[in-house]
Amino acid sequence: MAQTSQFCTFYLDKLLFGVELKGVQEVIRSLDMTKVPLAPAVVSGLINLRGQIVTAVDLRRRLGLKPSPPGTLAMNVVVRSEDGSVSLLVDEIGDVVEVEQSTFEPPPETLQGPARAMILGVHKLQDRLLHVLDIEKACQMIDGAEAAAAGH
Amino acid sequence: MNDSDIVKDFLIESYENLDRLDRDLVGLEKNPEDEQALAGVFRTIHTIKGTCGFLAFNKLEAVAHVGENLLTRLRDRQLVLTPEITTALLSMVDAVRQMLREIETTGQEGTRDDSILIATLTRLQQTPAAPKAVAAVPAPESAAEVAAPPTSMGDILMQQAGVTAAEVQLAAQKQEAGDPRRLGEILVEQGSVRPADVADALRTQQSSRVGSASASDSTIRVDVSLLDKLMNLVGELVLARNQVLQFANRMKDTSFLAASQRLNLITTELQAGVMKTRMQPIGNIWGQFPRTVRDVALGCGKKVAIEMEGKETELDKTIIEAIKDPLTHLVRNSVDHGIEQPEARVKAGKDSIGRLILRAFHEGGQVNIEISDDGAGLNAERIRKKAIERGVITADQGSRMTEREIFNLIFLPGFSTAEKVTNVSGRGVGMDVVKTNVEKIGGTVDVQSILGRGTTVRVKIPLTLAIIPALIVTCSGDRYAIPQVNLLELVRLKAEEVGKGIELVHGVPVYRLRGRLLPLVYLNRELKLANDAHPASQKDGAINIVVVHAEERPFGLVVDQINDTEEIVVKPLRKQLKTVKIFAGSSIMGDGKVALILDVLGLARFASVVTETKDRAMAEKAAGAAEAETGKQTFLLFAGPDDSRMAIPLSTLARLEEFPVTQVEMSGGQWVTQYRGQILPLIRLDVALEERSHQFKALQAPPARDSGPIQVLVLHHDGRSFGLVVERILDIVEDRADVRSATNRAAVLYSVVIGNRVTELLDIAAILRSADLGFTRLSPAMKSTEVPN
Repeated sequence: MAQTSQFCTFYLDKLLFGVELKGVQEVIRSLDMTKVPLAPAVVSGLINLRGQIVTAVDLRRRLGLKPSPPGTLAMNVVVRSEDGSVSLLVDEIGDVVEVEQSTFEPPPETLQGPARAMILGVHKLQDRLLHVLDIEKACQMIDGAEAAAAGH
Repeated sequence: MNDSDIVKDFLIESYENLDRLDRDLVGLEKNPEDEQALAGVFRTIHTIKGTCGFLAFNKLEAVAHVGENLLTRLRDRQLVLTPEITTALLSMVDAVRQMLREIETTGQEGTRDDSILIATLTRLQQTPAAPKAVAAVPAPESAAEVAAPPTSMGDILMQQAGVTAAEVQLAAQKQEAGDPRRLGEILVEQGSVRPADVADALRTQQSSRVGSASASDSTIRVDVSLLDKLMNLVGELVLARNQVLQFANRMKDTSFLAASQRLNLITTELQAGVMKTRMQPIGNIWGQFPRTVRDVALGCGKKVAIEMEGKETELDKTIIEAIKDPLTHLVRNSVDHGIEQPEARVKAGKDSIGRLILRAFHEGGQVNIEISDDGAGLNAERIRKKAIERGVITADQGSRMTEREIFNLIFLPGFSTAEKVTNVSGRGVGMDVVKTNVEKIGGTVDVQSILGRGTTVRVKIPLTLAIIPALIVTCSGDRYAIPQVNLLELVRLKAEEVGKGIELVHGVPVYRLRGRLLPLVYLNRELKLANDAHPASQKDGAINIVVVHAEERPFGLVVDQINDTEEIVVKPLRKQLKTVKIFAGSSIMGDGKVALILDVLGLARFASVVTETKDRAMAEKAAGAAEAETGKQTFLLFAGPDDSRMAIPLSTLARLEEFPVTQVEMSGGQWVTQYRGQILPLIRLDVALEERSHQFKALQAPPARDSGPIQVLVLHHDGRSFGLVVERILDIVEDRADVRSATNRAAVLYSVVIGNRVTELLDIAAILRSADLGFTRLSPAMKSTEVPN
């Protein structure tokens, strides 16, 4: 039998992304968020996840996508990183998909920018491409473009 | 269980055993006849040796083996414990401990060479016994064979009550022959022992059984992270409970109300219980002090007895760890510098053995730890001279400083009063580190001393770091918590006062606080939250200034709104966010939202109130400025009866509070209120000023329910709190208060001129005496802390 893996998928700016299911702690609706002044811009704020304080990362910003239209409520994909739980803010939650290793392909060389380091590759699904994210990299709160913008 | 698990268990068990060895050996030195202690020491070493052999730690085994041999000779009374033997055994304990550390980190025993130690231990074994010394207390015949403390009734009676072996034998034979009675009863009947002795023996028997069994049976080891998780969940449960309770208030269903009340109670108890699991008795770190004291005292040829009070006082685990080093330093210091050489002590008419007293007790939500010695005390003159010599203070400042201020100079960096530098202390590093470390966890250090009588260092620390009192403020719609330890006072400027109150020094805003310029920091600007350049002001134009201090440097933090003080649970920030230096952590508020805790020092650095390079100079300058004004005192003014003005020194004031009358309850004819988890007795000023104190209680009628809120000054006196109910609070002023005259009013010290008006200075102690509150009479803690003057 071919090797398969399961992904928790979600949408960001109409693109389909996925993180490995075993790295996902839970998926929750939008929660009250507390801003962290002076923090890197990718940090959207802190949320209270049943007594555990979790940092929320604006994944659109992290990937260098355009910011979400004002007034939209982001969903939280809470993942387990080396340094505790981190919530990735996404537009919409997709299905859990099971894909075969054979459909995987690394990103093309022409993919540049901050997203390059985070996107491991794509799975060629029937109708579209599933971008596979590296959880650890996605949870880092600084990247080149970001650090330059924030200025410290 | 695999090998590494076994090794881990062995390490944990051995560390505990070694700590006990330290204690037992030092105890044994004082009381060499204590066979139980000797047997305990022997057993511990024996266990370590056995396990080492089993786990093939050969070097460790070799060291433990010679130690055991030496102990065998001691136990068999072929040797008498001398300080030399104790020292050798203690260094063996150290060697074993070092090897265990090595095993813990590398898995190997290491390559240390213990041949000298082994040789010493072997040599000491061969020293001929000096049995004469033992003769003072004739050992019972059987003692040599008794490795463990006697547990059979016969043995205990033989030791304690002088029953002969033959008598016990006779009684035992009777038992065997079918006598159903207990051994003790038979012996009493035989007339060989008094019933009282049997009762004593029974107690001994019980305690030795309990002692050996309970320690391991009634406790289990729990991972700290599991406790932290429980603590988190309980915190969350508390929030959920609060929501349920709010919901319940709107419901009419009585059974639901009853259930939510039960939930309320259980949650509260659960919270208290979980909090307790993180608490540890301070005795855990005191345990090593007898050894420290012995080593230091031996090193400088002194004799010191250590006494401990309040070993069971509990503190949060993290705090216990944080104060271990500062306390050790203070203890060493006391022995090395505080207590004099035996000859000097005798000359001064003191016992040649110095006393070092460690005392711990709870007081007002804090833990006090006192380290007192009956040594030479601090010489204020010498410290003053030295401080001036070193340029720490000017001669002018020095002449104006009080004795107490001078004593506290020893906490400045690079300041040592020791005449000669020893290898333990006196090199001028230490006391400032002690102070820094204690302050890091929100504590304070204070020193009191009487020349020739001794010195007491008092360390005050919060019960826990996990929960701290904090002031909640709002800035640009978000809440922030400011730890209470950084807080000095709150100032509110009305719109019309803002213009003239806040001035600019080359564009930098400052506020004149009692004649001194206070730099202002606008929180919204620092946090880059301001959408306009104007100061954070409320709709009515008023400004709230939170006066805080960082490294002794006060500054004013301008915030949008001051909410309330709350006990908050501190949660650390994630690693990535730690780069933002102005936050110390985060906390979950009552409504479930997250609030950030401001790191006042970090904020001060960020806003350049103190800078890394200059902050020491700044702190000293600030300290100098404060000292220059010591002639002045700060007073809280309030309205007295008949339009008079009354005052108390601000230093006696803990807080100003306003309570609605509905919160005032009656207890024993006394006004009280529930305040921060305690019952706060309330004294009315007008009643306290009545001279006929015997009518005091009769006058304390319950407050009229329809009156407005009462103004209360929460005061601390002799370590107790009470509230003084006053009509109206007027002002806080700074004045020299030189012009004074006696007064005939009870409870008033004297009249003074403050701010060009005659003001009566209240005698807090007299008020407390006449109020005759229960605690002024029956407080043993108070009596014992009083220093005879």
